[in-house]
Amino acid sequence: MLTKLYDWVDERLDITPLWRDIADHEVPEHVNPAHHFSAFVYCFGGLTFFITVIQILSGMFLTMYYVPDIKNAWESVYYLQNEVAFGQIVRGMHHWGASLVIVMMFLHTLRVFFQGAYKKPRELNWMVGVLIFFIMLALGLTGYLLPWDMKALFATKVTLTIVDSVPLMGPALKTLIAGDPTIVGAQTLTRFFAIHVFFLPAALFALLAAHFLMIRKQGISGPL
Amino acid sequence: MHRGKGMKFVGDSRISANRKPNIPKDYSEYPGKTEAFWPNFLLKEWMVGAVFLVGYLCLTIAHPSPLERIADPTDTAYIPLPDWYFLFLYQLLKYTYASGPYNAIGALVIPGLAFGALLLAPFLDRGPERSPAKRPFAVGFMLLAMAGVFYLTWESAAHHDWEASKKQGAIVEGADIDKDSEGYKLMDASGCISCHGAELTGGAGAPSLIDTGLKPEEISKIARKGQGAMPAGMFKGSDEELATLAEFVSGLTAK
Repeated sequence: MLTKLYDWVDERLDITPLWRDIADHEVPEHVNPAHHFSAFVYCFGGLTFFITVIQILSGMFLTMYYVPDIKNAWESVYYLQNEVAFGQIVRGMHHWGASLVIVMMFLHTLRVFFQGAYKKPRELNWMVGVLIFFIMLALGLTGYLLPWDMKALFATKVTLTIVDSVPLMGPALKTLIAGDPTIVGAQTLTRFFAIHVFFLPAALFALLAAHFLMIRKQGISGPL
Repeated sequence: MHRGKGMKFVGDSRISANRKPNIPKDYSEYPGKTEAFWPNFLLKEWMVGAVFLVGYLCLTIAHPSPLERIADPTDTAYIPLPDWYFLFLYQLLKYTYASGPYNAIGALVIPGLAFGALLLAPFLDRGPERSPAKRPFAVGFMLLAMAGVFYLTWESAAHHDWEASKKQGAIVEGADIDKDSEGYKLMDASGCISCHGAELTGGAGAPSLIDTGLKPEEISKIARKGQGAMPAGMFKGSDEELATLAEFVSGLTAK
């Protein structure tokens, strides 16, 4: 039945080459923890991606309840945390995932750095990876404001003060992300929400696609 | 691949009528113990993922994510702290030559150089050697940067009053306060609300007055003689007024 369905689609769209391209690539012995225990260091990149997927899924469920306005943001998070079935788990995964993804990405970066795996011909992939790191930090920064509790507001005020202190374009940059030259309020919350759930994830997806395409094209770096 | 004359297509489409076989590659002639990603290696990878997921869920259940009280922009006594992975940048801004008139150094120059060097690492470390032992400068700088980040994070966390931090953000149960009552007016007049807050839920410098569980006599005593950080003689009214106020505070219970 499934085979027939596959064949029906394949006849019309020729999906086999596409599928074989995804499925067929070799895993060399030196990265396989089944053969060398130390190869567990190669897991950090995959775990980063795994947490990223969890972040996307849990974030999608959070937006079912979250309201990005200064009157209801905190109330909706409180409700989600205390009243909604499994709300505490979903929010907990998103909250801890944000920290874990930084830890895993840090370890992945160190693995690649100390093995010198960023050298020719992999310079571009390293740079894309560092950009992903920046995007993740920005996601953490913008997500921190969204519950609209005390630490969220005052930490964001500190961040905006730092942005404001940038020479020349500081004030303009601050107005762009906060929505107002002086007030940290309703406008800031909606902007951070939009940046956190639309702009940054869009950039993240594009960079992740580039990251994975490049590693597929070049293959994983050889043993030291 | 078939080229040139005699090509057959599915209908009027550009899809070739010759189907390609859906067979996995053969890795037996590859060096070492190379294996297929799909499905062999992916299953093993998933085992690591599953173990990780269990730990992750345990963490989520053991430590519910924190939520402080709703943002109150008027509470100027609140001491903010960023999330832990920004602590090193935050700590950097506390040093003399990285803050105040030198703010640009702490906020831009040092982080810019560090992250810029990270981004451009392949062009700074261009030698053909990959082994860490043969790249003393790259490895040395990275270890130095790591030591710096760990030290700054530790320095920031070790000198933060976590107890006070927990208290200043705690969610306090509010009460239905009759702000036209005699008791509340007396508190307003005596300046109680400047520390205990307009909703009497406390603040960075004073505790909440709701659900104190104290008798009116005990409250009268504190109002006159002070307690902890509260100095003596804060209440300056008559004994009758004090009794009204004490009765009012004693009766404050959460919704």
